[in-house]
Amino acid sequence: METALNTGDTAWLMTAAALVLLMLPGLAFFYGGMVRSKSVLNMLMMVFGALFIVGVLWVLVGYSIAFGDSYGQAGWLGNVTQYAGLEGLMTDNPESVYPAMAFVAFQAMFACLTVGLIAGGVADRMKFSAWLVFAGIWALLVYFPVAHWVFNLAGDNGGWIYKLGIIDFAGGTAVHINAGIAALALVFVLGKRLGWPRVPMRPSNLTLVMIGAGLLWFGWFGFNAGSATAANNTAAVAFLNTFAATCAAALGWLLTEKIRDGKATSLGAASGVVAGLVAITPACAAVSPLGAMAIGAIAGVLCALAVGLKYRFKYDDSLDVVGVHLVGGLVGTLLIGIFATEASPTGINGLLHGGGWNQLWLQFVGALAVLVYSLVVTLVIALVIKAIMGLRVSEEQEISGVDLAEHAESAYELGESGGGGIFAGVGHAGRARAEEQQ
Amino acid sequence: MKLITAIIKPFKLEDIKSALEGLDIQGMTVSEASGFGRQGGHTEVYRGAEYTVDLIPKVRIEVLVDDTQADTVIDAIVTAARTGKIGDGKVWATPVDTVVRVRTGERGVDAL
Repeated sequence: METALNTGDTAWLMTAAALVLLMLPGLAFFYGGMVRSKSVLNMLMMVFGALFIVGVLWVLVGYSIAFGDSYGQAGWLGNVTQYAGLEGLMTDNPESVYPAMAFVAFQAMFACLTVGLIAGGVADRMKFSAWLVFAGIWALLVYFPVAHWVFNLAGDNGGWIYKLGIIDFAGGTAVHINAGIAALALVFVLGKRLGWPRVPMRPSNLTLVMIGAGLLWFGWFGFNAGSATAANNTAAVAFLNTFAATCAAALGWLLTEKIRDGKATSLGAASGVVAGLVAITPACAAVSPLGAMAIGAIAGVLCALAVGLKYRFKYDDSLDVVGVHLVGGLVGTLLIGIFATEASPTGINGLLHGGGWNQLWLQFVGALAVLVYSLVVTLVIALVIKAIMGLRVSEEQEISGVDLAEHAESAYELGESGGGGIFAGVGHAGRARAEEQQ
Repeated sequence: MKLITAIIKPFKLEDIKSALEGLDIQGMTVSEASGFGRQGGHTEVYRGAEYTVDLIPKVRIEVLVDDTQADTVIDAIVTAARTGKIGDGKVWATPVDTVVRVRTGERGVDAL
């Protein structure tokens, strides 16, 4: 029997899916190192928790909502029941270049990661149960539909952002603007951490942050180059652009810090890496390597400046999901309208290459639509959850730390100052003795 | 008997230890401490946000000595700990009523 299946494409798609999965622990470490030592485990758990719950929902209905045929070919919502449970996707389709399940798996990771990104905004103070409920409902009502708008490329049955000609190769709108503005909305309802911004909240482990940034970068090659869904030229261009933009972004962030604060910091380097990755995500197949580095450098500088906004406007976006993902996503999505070039796999000229204002306008429309939809729906979800079950841990629990309050664990054995070290055994012995006497 | 307590810059610990070993001192206790004096704290910057860290790490040394040894020990510590820069620390002596060696039950100077 003749088959269209391409083993190279299939192998790359499944490899890319696994790479994107690795971004979740990468993100967890990146975030986990940035929170205070009393909230590290909770931060890791919020990211992993998003993975678990969105993974289940993806199989049940998520893939259908995102990649089912559009209701009325309007491009707003996929047929919810079309692939529910994925039962119908197990048979071999001789006309398909790769098995359906490979693509389902690849896109599953995108959904999980996008929801995980939001966790950085609400570190240190959210109830774990409320987070899980939020993660599930947000995926259902916000991510799955928006993924349909952007990533469903099935011609007339595809999403409206795609059909309008808005360029978003790997998720500047659907992933980063979407998660960034959602974090802002959730923070708005949740409120700021006790003592913020008066009390210094020092990162618990910057080494962990660097490891996380490195893993994110590695996994991001799957995210961006994998979005070609083929082992081809487009994938390779996306790969190189992802690399080049990120280097330029880290330099841009460090330079901004050096000028503003006097020192180039490791947290700045890690943040610059992520800002560059975010910005190049929508643009990686539409620009040249020089264009990619320009986008990266601009994102590095602008995001480094944007993380200061929360102090001016008094919103405690704890780990700067807004400053890095919303701003970086906007920068990348909009700059496609400037730097896009016909010579790229996407083959469209932006303003700089004589393409006029049209593409920039389209990019603006796409960015704004996702931003407004996500903002409004996230606010409603957050307010409803707050009214029904509450979003925050108690004041006392927040002070003693969410790790202890929500998970009954501590991340680190910190020696004397943490009540551990040589004294650690004392408490345990006391406990054991007490149990013996009962 | 006197308890000599010294708060010093952590990197001076080895110098002080050698100086005291030269004086036939039988033991000392060392612990990590943090605090501030005239040196003040330092500033850290995270994503542009400046944090002032008031407490800086120091090492605390405690030595039990006979009254006759006290001044010699204090001088040795001060000499070894001095860099001439702000934040070198402080040394003080406090009177001690009783000392008991746990293993033998010896008391007073014999327990030193």
